[in-house]
Amino acid sequence: MTDPLLSLRGISKSYGQIHANQGIDLDVAPRSIHAILGENGAGKSTLMKLIYGVEQPDDGTAIWEGEPLSLASPAQARRKGIGMVFQHFSLFETLTVVENIRLVVKGRTADLTERIRTLGRDFGLEVDPLAPVHALSVGERQRVEIIRCLMTNPKLLILDEPTSVLPPQSVDKLFDTLRRLRDGGVSILFISHKLEEIRAICDHATILRGGRVTGNVDPRDHDAHDLACMMIGRDMPDPMPALPLSGGEKRLEIIGLDHQPDDPFAVRLSNISLSVRAGEILGIAGISGNGQSELASLISGEAVLPREQRDRIYMMGKDVGTLGAAARRQRGFAFVPEDRLGRGAVPEMSLVLNSLLTAHPLGLLRHGLVDRASARALTNECIRQYDVRTSGPEAEAGALSGGNLQKFIVGREIMLSPKLLFVAQPTWGVDIGAATAIRRRLITLRNEGMAILVISEELEELFELCDAIQVLHHGRLSPPLATRDTRPEEIGRYMMGAHSSPEKAVA
Amino acid sequence: MSVLPAAFLPTLVRRERASLAATLLAPPIALAVATILNLGLYVLLGRDPIAVVHAMLLEPFLSWTSFSEVLLKAAPLLLIAQGLAIGFRAKVFNIGAEGQFILGAIFASAIPVWFPQATGQWIWPLMLLLGALGGGLWASLTAFWRVRLNANEILVSLMLSLVAAQLLNYLLLGPWKDPNGFNFPQSVMFQYDAMVPILISGTRVNVSLLLTLAFSAAAWVFMQKSFTGYKLQVGGLAPRAAGYAGFNEGWAIWLSLLIGGFAAGLAGAAEVAGPLGQLQRSISTGYGYAAIIVAYLGGLHPLGIVFSALLMAVLYIGGDNAMVSANLPIAAVRVFQGSLLLAYLIAVAFVRHRLEWPRAAVRSQS
Repeated sequence: MTDPLLSLRGISKSYGQIHANQGIDLDVAPRSIHAILGENGAGKSTLMKLIYGVEQPDDGTAIWEGEPLSLASPAQARRKGIGMVFQHFSLFETLTVVENIRLVVKGRTADLTERIRTLGRDFGLEVDPLAPVHALSVGERQRVEIIRCLMTNPKLLILDEPTSVLPPQSVDKLFDTLRRLRDGGVSILFISHKLEEIRAICDHATILRGGRVTGNVDPRDHDAHDLACMMIGRDMPDPMPALPLSGGEKRLEIIGLDHQPDDPFAVRLSNISLSVRAGEILGIAGISGNGQSELASLISGEAVLPREQRDRIYMMGKDVGTLGAAARRQRGFAFVPEDRLGRGAVPEMSLVLNSLLTAHPLGLLRHGLVDRASARALTNECIRQYDVRTSGPEAEAGALSGGNLQKFIVGREIMLSPKLLFVAQPTWGVDIGAATAIRRRLITLRNEGMAILVISEELEELFELCDAIQVLHHGRLSPPLATRDTRPEEIGRYMMGAHSSPEKAVA
Repeated sequence: MSVLPAAFLPTLVRRERASLAATLLAPPIALAVATILNLGLYVLLGRDPIAVVHAMLLEPFLSWTSFSEVLLKAAPLLLIAQGLAIGFRAKVFNIGAEGQFILGAIFASAIPVWFPQATGQWIWPLMLLLGALGGGLWASLTAFWRVRLNANEILVSLMLSLVAAQLLNYLLLGPWKDPNGFNFPQSVMFQYDAMVPILISGTRVNVSLLLTLAFSAAAWVFMQKSFTGYKLQVGGLAPRAAGYAGFNEGWAIWLSLLIGGFAAGLAGAAEVAGPLGQLQRSISTGYGYAAIIVAYLGGLHPLGIVFSALLMAVLYIGGDNAMVSANLPIAAVRVFQGSLLLAYLIAVAFVRHRLEWPRAAVRSQS
């Protein structure tokens, strides 16, 4: 075997009581695409921050091209030839592509423009250097980020969950780019928890669990099931089969909804129509920022339609467009919002008090006073049934990990036994075991006759859960597509706006 | 890139959990620090610090008479602070308790001013009730504009306090001036039945102290046990969670301001119908503002506020003593109050956060 490009030995990092990384050994070979695989909270991000110099390890040594490496800052890392593309882009939207790149790379604008074009041709990263960033699609922005890293001629490129923001078509293009980069002599550290992608592109995978390395494999020799087992440390539950549709009554119906939010930066919704029946799961696909949060708050009642807009939103057969959140909940509506802290739960309050937030109608009040014993009992029940890992019902919501808090909120809303359940991003930041449990639960509830609406960025999740999918793009909703007869690529076309608007298909 | 100088400065890092001991210790530590600082100040002023401490912090407890004055002073502070604290927990910042206090005093005075001959035991309870209504009414102006136009309640309530003071001036210089009062800006002396009955004979402590304690108990039940109080706290801690659960924000603003105004108005009524016995220009010595300090010093907790109100009353009475016996300037009490609040806010910051010094980057040995 050739000498590794980067070699880590015994790297450890703790934050207070939490051991994010413990004794990590990692060898990245030259010219390889190396996957770092792990659940949320397994320590992937911490490890990457240590390699990129954002944080310093408590212990351990790093060898880079045969020399000891110690990094105090990302700038040092870049000088050594380590580049990183973060999950969330850091581009100025009002500047053009080349202006953004000039902020970090020295050189004349004309030369840089030429270099951007050359890199684009060589690696399949086509993007117009003179276009302003706000006019670019997500895929193009990601290309700008990658180009910006490539400008410094890195030998190692770290990509943090690069596919989570892309529609399927763009993923293939990204993979093509990564292969070309590898053949051009760059090693790539590819962070992901999507198993099929890793099998498709990576030569080597290092699996992390609970801050430790639990496996070093060639992902092409293992199937997704094996990899998942290594990642979560136990066998994965099988997905639930959905029963065929029964054609129940309409529990949610939106008819030709147009809405211009007060916030000038919010997305305008136009001509939204959908309906969810009892015993059905409808999924709304699309990349975040296309109107999901605006639509969600109109359905939940956190935003209310003006009085003139009648007959737009029906729940359980009643026009609820002008009613507030409490009135809609009284009719049998429950909602799991995409942000948990500060919206789905009050971080500074205990879980007992957080149960009270929406579950107070379940007999938790007596003459206007809080019945603490009942609230405690309900909270304990929720913790037990939904496997919430916490020190107890008196723990503050803010002290729970994202996944556990999500399990708690999902549990609380399901315990209300609503007629219509609306879940936004059900498994964001939730580990794979818990995510599967949540999805199984949703399908069980559907089979029992609940109407469920799901908004998600993860297409795989929607395909596993939903009877039908509609795609939200630029505030417009596609017609419903029956999941059984639809391929992900078709959804992808809607996600890029190929169907809904005449503008060119970008990304 | 070289290391920036800012990297040598410590940063505040949020603690994972605020310990109960630290929370309880913060007020006494703040009091100690403020005391020491102010003693230093008195030394610089050339006063004898021991005499000041004696006059300020000990004398109020040394005789029954002076302690009864502390109780008399504590009652309005406690009442106003309990009302304000409820609003503050809901993040509705009513800074205009002073104006609501004045309106309470004016409303209560209407009866003895207009019906100076009336007799009967119904007069003083009706005056207290009117006072509470007056305070609530004044606060409702702030609530209305906040809910209707999103006008900042801090500014509106604060400025309305100035309006209230002018209203009081107008009444005392004009229609409500005592005709036999030698042109002094004050109302007639109230008749006997317009006075709140004395609770402890030989002192000026009256029945309003009991009302205040009852209000404190009610505030405790409301904030710690009731669902309505819970909703207000959710609105204060996480407004978006309140919106998510469907708690009405406008209603929370109205309720918070009305409770605060009601309590301050009641305190104002009890003041004119108690120790003063007439409507004067100097009915309030900044109770409405001092109560803000009392509320925060008590950790916005009904029980804590009882202690902080007593402490603040001791400072008032003791400050007066020190002015006489230790020749302390009149501003000294305010300086003490201000430094106490400052010390407390700093202490609270350290209960929730800790300082983290930047560690030198770990260098691996080659």
